[in-house]
Amino acid sequence: MEWSPSEMMVVAAARELRDGEVVFVGIGLPNLACNLARLTHAPNLVMIYESGAVGARPDRLPLSIGDPSLVTGSLMICGMADVFQMLLQGGHIEVGFLGGAQVDRYGNINTTVVGDYAQPKVRLPGSGGAPEIAIHAKRTLVIARLDKRAFPERVDFITSPGHRARGGTRKELAMPGAGPVRVITDRGVLAANSETGELELHAIYPGTSVDDVRAGIGWDLLVRDALGTVNPPSSEELRLLREVVDPQRHFLR
Amino acid sequence: MSKVVSMRDAIAAHVHDGDTLVIEGFTHLICFAAAHEIIRQRRRNLTLCRLTPDVVFDQMIAAGCASKLVFSWAGNPGAGSLHAFRRAVEAKPRTLEIEEYSHFGMVARFSAGAARLPFWPLRNYQGTDLPAANPMIRSVDCPYTGESIATVPPLNPDVTIVHAQRADADGNTQVWGLLGVQREAAFASQRVIVVVEELVPEAVIRADPNRTIIPGMVVDAVVVEPWGAHPSYAQGYYDRDNEFYVAWDSVSRDASRLEAYLDEWVHGVADRAEYLRRQPSIIDRLTAKSAMSGEVSYGY
Repeated sequence: MEWSPSEMMVVAAARELRDGEVVFVGIGLPNLACNLARLTHAPNLVMIYESGAVGARPDRLPLSIGDPSLVTGSLMICGMADVFQMLLQGGHIEVGFLGGAQVDRYGNINTTVVGDYAQPKVRLPGSGGAPEIAIHAKRTLVIARLDKRAFPERVDFITSPGHRARGGTRKELAMPGAGPVRVITDRGVLAANSETGELELHAIYPGTSVDDVRAGIGWDLLVRDALGTVNPPSSEELRLLREVVDPQRHFLR
Repeated sequence: MSKVVSMRDAIAAHVHDGDTLVIEGFTHLICFAAAHEIIRQRRRNLTLCRLTPDVVFDQMIAAGCASKLVFSWAGNPGAGSLHAFRRAVEAKPRTLEIEEYSHFGMVARFSAGAARLPFWPLRNYQGTDLPAANPMIRSVDCPYTGESIATVPPLNPDVTIVHAQRADADGNTQVWGLLGVQREAAFASQRVIVVVEELVPEAVIRADPNRTIIPGMVVDAVVVEPWGAHPSYAQGYYDRDNEFYVAWDSVSRDASRLEAYLDEWVHGVADRAEYLRRQPSIIDRLTAKSAMSGEVSYGY
């Protein structure tokens, strides 16, 4: 069965989630990945949205992170002070999903500006809840499409810290979470080196090559000796994605 | 004594040029009806504060109401950019002052404001460029452990506008569904306007007091404005108009189309009732289906 790079990304991200985990869900592809995981291998995934829905089971694809379908049938609805102070800062979030316009060598993410902060070339939406997710979630998964401009050696602005951020390492900066352990792209999966914090090529998708991945990255990417190949999407994963999770292909391009 | 007034009178009495104004509601219960009345009354030099400026503040920026924006995420969720905001911030020199936090930072600012504390501590921002971009993000050493911990200052708006499903005439306000930071924002504010889908007798509030998020004592005015949150939504009343939000990307991308929108749907209508009369199809398209809650006993 044919599949698109976006579909492979969502499937690869879904497979990173384990049954029963508590996941902080972002909008777009992360939302598709979480809902796909819930419909396949992780039926007990607890999906928390920053809007205050805890244990959401939306029966339609939410366009926004505050969709009314996240409320109906949820386990708990709380205010956003509770979400950030008690659920996230309180250490209850096991997995956080992040995306971004730029991701750098150490997994720092920029969602604030392209160019100089005071005189931006492009003004991006900004932080949302990403910095605190990057700091507090026990681990984070990043989803981003490869492109040399999207994967520069250093981001223009650190909105969400990775493994070596402004002023030091995560340990030196006393960040509770492990940071971006995987970066899921449209050509392969990067993983952070546990000692240096640098993103390395961990696995490629069927039909792509190391050079395909390198062509979309702005630094000299290290490739792991035991480079893996990700299993292609199963027919069931594709069916669920296309018929249940995003039937109108709002986010799947 | 009843606090019920018209939208026109509520805005005229409580929203002044130069005010720091909050219209809260995280995706849910964003009071577009109030924003449109503020635009019609041509308020100027407002400092607009919201976690997510959303289409509501994009319209107010385009209409010339704002001199400053305090925020944490300025996008159109799932649909693209807020182009009036972007034009103002990407202009050289920029035409809109900004002060930005993350969601946690904004929530903490409202919490400090509501509690009348000088700052709120949060374990956040280390390793980011946000404190360099916004010098109001600072830190203190914990007096117990010595740990350095980030702080943000209180946010105490002049006026906060909250949309809700229902309230009584004194402003005892009940909300269900996503709660956002409305409770904190209302308590932090000098003045509070509550806009509701339905005005209910006090007995309805008293029959279910756990659902009250804002007590009448902090409310100055109550406005009854059905569908006042459209194109945002009110859980149990009407759905979010996602088509409108998606279309906003192309409307707001072109400054003249945006101006034409404001001329037709804001300046071109007298009030929310006329806005609704001129597009009756939204009622058919968006009216919520029923999903009643269980009942509990408050007896003892």
